[in-house]
Amino acid sequence: MSILIDETTPILVQGITGDKGSFHAKEMLEYGSKVVGGVTPGKGGRSHLGIPVFNTVKDAVRETGATTSITFVAPPFAADAIMEAADAGIRLICSITDGIPAQDMMRVKRYLKRYPKERRSMVVGPNCAGIISPGQSMLGIMPGHIYLKGNIGVISRSGTLGYEAASQMKAVGLGISTSVGIGGDPINGSSFLDHLALFEADPDTDAVLMIGEIGGPQEAEAAAWIRDNMSKPVVGFVAGLTAPKGRRMGHAGAIISAAGDSAAEKAEIMRSYGLTVAPSPGEFGTTMAEVMATRRKAA
Amino acid sequence: MDVHEYQAKELLASFGVPIPKGAVAFSPDQAVYAATELGGWHWAVKAQIHAGARGKAGGIRLCKTYNEVRDAAKDLLGRRLVTHQTGPEGKPVQRVYIETADPFDRELYLGFVLDRKAERVRVIASQRGGMDIEEIAATEPEALLQVVVEPAVGLQQFEARELAFQLGLDIKQVGGAVKTIMSAYRAFRDCDATMLEINPLVVTKDDRVLALDAKMSFDDNALFRRRAIADMHDPSQSDPREAQAAEHNLNYIGLDGEIGCIVNGAGLAMATMDMIKHAGGEPANFLDVGGGASPQRVATAFRLVLSDPNVKAILVNIFAGINRCDWIAQGVVQAAQEVKIGVPLVVRLAGTNVEAGKAILEKSGLDLITADTLTEAAEKAVRAVEAARTTH
Repeated sequence: MSILIDETTPILVQGITGDKGSFHAKEMLEYGSKVVGGVTPGKGGRSHLGIPVFNTVKDAVRETGATTSITFVAPPFAADAIMEAADAGIRLICSITDGIPAQDMMRVKRYLKRYPKERRSMVVGPNCAGIISPGQSMLGIMPGHIYLKGNIGVISRSGTLGYEAASQMKAVGLGISTSVGIGGDPINGSSFLDHLALFEADPDTDAVLMIGEIGGPQEAEAAAWIRDNMSKPVVGFVAGLTAPKGRRMGHAGAIISAAGDSAAEKAEIMRSYGLTVAPSPGEFGTTMAEVMATRRKAA
Repeated sequence: MDVHEYQAKELLASFGVPIPKGAVAFSPDQAVYAATELGGWHWAVKAQIHAGARGKAGGIRLCKTYNEVRDAAKDLLGRRLVTHQTGPEGKPVQRVYIETADPFDRELYLGFVLDRKAERVRVIASQRGGMDIEEIAATEPEALLQVVVEPAVGLQQFEARELAFQLGLDIKQVGGAVKTIMSAYRAFRDCDATMLEINPLVVTKDDRVLALDAKMSFDDNALFRRRAIADMHDPSQSDPREAQAAEHNLNYIGLDGEIGCIVNGAGLAMATMDMIKHAGGEPANFLDVGGGASPQRVATAFRLVLSDPNVKAILVNIFAGINRCDWIAQGVVQAAQEVKIGVPLVVRLAGTNVEAGKAILEKSGLDLITADTLTEAAEKAVRAVEAARTTH
């Protein structure tokens, strides 16, 4: 088991005929992901990488039964692609695109609320590395071979820090149930909290590692939720201890602009809500191994 | 992206926000000419920099004669103005804004921000104009009036009217205030702003509502569709190395430490800086080379990091996903051929094609220190700086 995706999840690739879409669709297929179709307006009826291509997401859903999509669409058109997928009934939409205007994401979030909860889509990203359930399915752009299958859930804003976490955990013999990149933008489709709830309910996840960054209220909200609702241990980290105030650190969302935005403040909030905070970004693996060992001893 | 006060005001005026009469000047002569053109007998000469708190720092001068205007402009132009928002190095003043100074009765605050928690636009208003909004929020949160805008329909007239009455405005002033609030909202929305602050918004003795100061920031991700705003960019207001980095699509932010960083991914770049600090050193910069980094880009990154004279060692940390370690390794080798590195170089490669990357580095015969993990890389870089310090 895992969250969000497994080997049976039928996937559409929006933008499959573009350079990036094509490259990563191939990588996903090689990993074993069940890619059933692609969408590129104007190229419907063709086949690409042996996969049928459709003009619209609605056509693709009707013909393939896809429930999940990944979008490789340039920033000016990315919000539109997400809304198209939501309207076609796609349940999980992963948006890789870096550079979507914040007001476009604001409109996307509002648009998703048109649908009743039972058919509302979850959006992961944008500006993220995607999702991987090791050994089962990859919906993203990560190097699949660094992930060991196991029972730790990972949620990270940053793609590369998610890779770092996977490799450190592999080094101490810990595997991953699912790793989710929620993305570095100021407005994300889904938050730490959304995925924590899924990991809490997943029988094959024993503990969760959440890696945040400076900027925004999400890490603090998630920490409060963990204290009140989470039975599984959570190890936290917030990157950007050395980041100066008011400067955008690469990610559009990584900027200290309000009280509570800094790494030190967020880490302190995490600690006060009972999370174990990794002392440095070099200790994701060892901290998680200690937490798991203590838990085994207590059991 | 930030713009100057005069640019924000011109933009707001084009959406219908009333502003005092004003003109920009690049020289004392132009300043005097502007004052004569504007008319009146009181003028404010305002230094144009991308930072607030100019008044307290002496960046705004009230003048009663043309000679005073000339002297103020002469004094401000060409200097670096240090305010509590600029850092100790200050910002260069290359333009001044000359504005007619009308007497006013009240100072209010009006702000718009893209609120990350609500994921909507939030309008903030207060009767305590002229003060720092952070200060009001901390000391007197009940003095802040707020409206969260429903994005499907935008700000409604009644919401602006409610704010105007809550601001304690006289009925003769409410119409002007509503127009100002609605126009400012449209400017915010239609220009993809992330922050708009009118502080103070003043009420004049003849019941007009005017934006006396204005500050706007825009979403970098939306500049592709806001060309007129992108053209307002003033490179003099940012660190020259950052401007150079932006030309090469590299994300660079200069800091005060000794260890130069070249990393892929914003999160890993921040974590690398954190790790250096944890190991007892100080990072000299944030630098994300981005996905799909070519050897040329890596070489450019080296040149950029080495242009900082404080750099005593370089740490390259790559966890390749979209990137490939062999390309990065080629970039390192190419950079070493083109640029005299001259400081210890620590390289940590992981992820896609890591073996090929390591082989390239080994075969190159370059004098470098390799590391397998983030911790090891940071510790080796810190030790290299310490070793260099003791031998010199």
